Amino acid sequence: MRRAGKIWTAIVLLFLYAPMIVLFVGSFNDGRDLSEFEGFTFDNYLDFFADSDSLRLLANSLILAVSSALIATLLGTMATLGIHALRGKMRRAVMTLTNIPLVNPEIVTGISLSLLFVFVGRSMLGTENILGFGTLLIAHVTFCLPYVILSVMPKLRQADPSLMDAAQDLGCTPVQGFFKVMLPELWPGIIAGAIMSFTMSLDDFVISYFTYSSDFSTLPVEIYAIVRKPVPPMYYAMFTLMFFLILVVMIGMNIVQARDEKRQERKKLKSA
Amino acid sequence: MSKELIRLVNCRMDFDGETVLDSINIYFNDSEFLTLLGPSGCGKTTTLRIIGGFLQPTSGDVFFDGVRINDVPPHKRQINTVFQKYALFPHLNVFENIAFGLRIAKVPEAEIRDRVGEMIEIVSLKGFEKRKPDQLSGGQQQRVAIARALVNRPKVLLLDEPLGALDLRLRKDMQNELKRIQQQLGITFIYVTHDQEEALAMSDTVVVMDRGRIQQIGTPEGIYNEPKNAFVADFIGESNILDGIMRADYVVEFFGRKFRCLDKGFAPNEPVDVVIRPEDVDIVPADSGHLCGTVTSVTFKGVHYDTIVDFKGFKWLIQTTDLHQPGEYIGIRLTPDDIHVMHKSEYSGMFGDYSSYSAEYDEINDPDAVIGGEENPEEALNNEE
Repeated sequence: MRRAGKIWTAIVLLFLYAPMIVLFVGSFNDGRDLSEFEGFTFDNYLDFFADSDSLRLLANSLILAVSSALIATLLGTMATLGIHALRGKMRRAVMTLTNIPLVNPEIVTGISLSLLFVFVGRSMLGTENILGFGTLLIAHVTFCLPYVILSVMPKLRQADPSLMDAAQDLGCTPVQGFFKVMLPELWPGIIAGAIMSFTMSLDDFVISYFTYSSDFSTLPVEIYAIVRKPVPPMYYAMFTLMFFLILVVMIGMNIVQARDEKRQERKKLKSA
Repeated sequence: MSKELIRLVNCRMDFDGETVLDSINIYFNDSEFLTLLGPSGCGKTTTLRIIGGFLQPTSGDVFFDGVRINDVPPHKRQINTVFQKYALFPHLNVFENIAFGLRIAKVPEAEIRDRVGEMIEIVSLKGFEKRKPDQLSGGQQQRVAIARALVNRPKVLLLDEPLGALDLRLRKDMQNELKRIQQQLGITFIYVTHDQEEALAMSDTVVVMDRGRIQQIGTPEGIYNEPKNAFVADFIGESNILDGIMRADYVVEFFGRKFRCLDKGFAPNEPVDVVIRPEDVDIVPADSGHLCGTVTSVTFKGVHYDTIVDFKGFKWLIQTTDLHQPGEYIGIRLTPDDIHVMHKSEYSGMFGDYSSYSAEYDEINDPDAVIGGEENPEEALNNEE
């Protein structure tokens, strides 16, 4: 039974990671396509780093991901504090409203954002070309916000509300108290929210597709444009790099969470 | 004479239309150990939070050293608090937790080191400076919380059920510790608890509260020996509370018999509540007793036996070191000292009848557990021979 379980797990992992392995191997292939391994080479990586277009796209995506993650994290954390301060029914209602975008089909979110931007552009700002970095950023912040709220809220719930009282008792103004006492409690949730936003933004295609303009395009959008042609092998190299980038970020997030869980567990043991 | 430090005048607190505090008037003297004692929901924590500045009274005034401080936020009050669950800062170690208030006040680093070191000495936590709160036992966390508050040299220390989370043994130790610290530093302690033993053991003054009102203020001996009403008599220790009639000064009648007592100043023939403490009653052979009854149950409690005796349908709790078997017919004698007479109050008839007694009468501190004894003492009085 145990062995069967192990084998099954291996099969599942193989299925999950087989595509990545093919890509990984392909990125070192000297040939034009993946049908045949024609020799090991770093040329694909060198080509990628020599291609200014691809580098610009990657930079765009990273700039967008970092800035939308930062903004979404800041706004989301503030929103969480506000929602937490609400009472029973109101709080549940607002939480439901913030969660709906999570399950809303991306294409609906994308098209509706696009309509909104164009409408605002035409009727309020008098411009036909409102789409660009700004709209892309707003769109990404919008779909990242619920993830931030979802990851900060549990931390806020776990935090002992009398910590704020204690801080004020010891001479802090309410604002000082928040930064000195509450924020350290929320950090694990805030960091998790930021990382999640970063990865969500980095790989978003659907929503970006409806809200970008050609002056500021992102990697996923451009890649979809070229998939009909044979994909140049240097992209295998780039995908491989991206995969490892995300892998590193995820491992970092897991370490943060594991540390936090350990602390919570110790706390529970103590109070038991 | 110590001077007055804090005064609450007509303080009233409403939450969602419910009155939690009902026009409280009370003052606190400098360097006194005062305890607010009462069951949960009596308003004691609310009173404490008003003094700390975490709540503003719906109406009424709070004075500190003669100055009205209703609108002064907590961080500007010379008052520090030890919170119920300590509220230690989890991300800071013991030293930094204690130093927190001093750092906010921008005290020079060298002085911080001295003062924190001194506090760590006082609460016996030397060697634990680098530990995080979650690496400490409950008792140690408790000490950190006390040190963190006291290091700021407040004029008043508020303590909200600070020993509630500790086991019995540790509680006793910490009670002594707290009393020692209070005397050593000469700071006013305002202590909230629902544990009457704790209140009696530690306090200079005890304030008994219930239903958002102050029931009695006095010394521990005062409130134990001279409770003002049935609630206080029942909440502080065990009490048999009987219906009686004050026939004259120093003469009270109950169970159809006149007894000499030490109380006076009642209206002639005023109906009263009579309190008899279970440990004051002497059991004697039936033929020489003032009153006679039948033992219905006996529980061994270590130091004494809890003996329930049925007197004409009204059951008394008597604590005695002699064993009397259930079914035994016995008499009791009462001296004037054993009898305490109180005016009737809204609490009359709610407490002091042990008809519903069970071995777990520790729960009797919870008023709900005692209400609803089937025996009506009024009837017992009327039905006599």
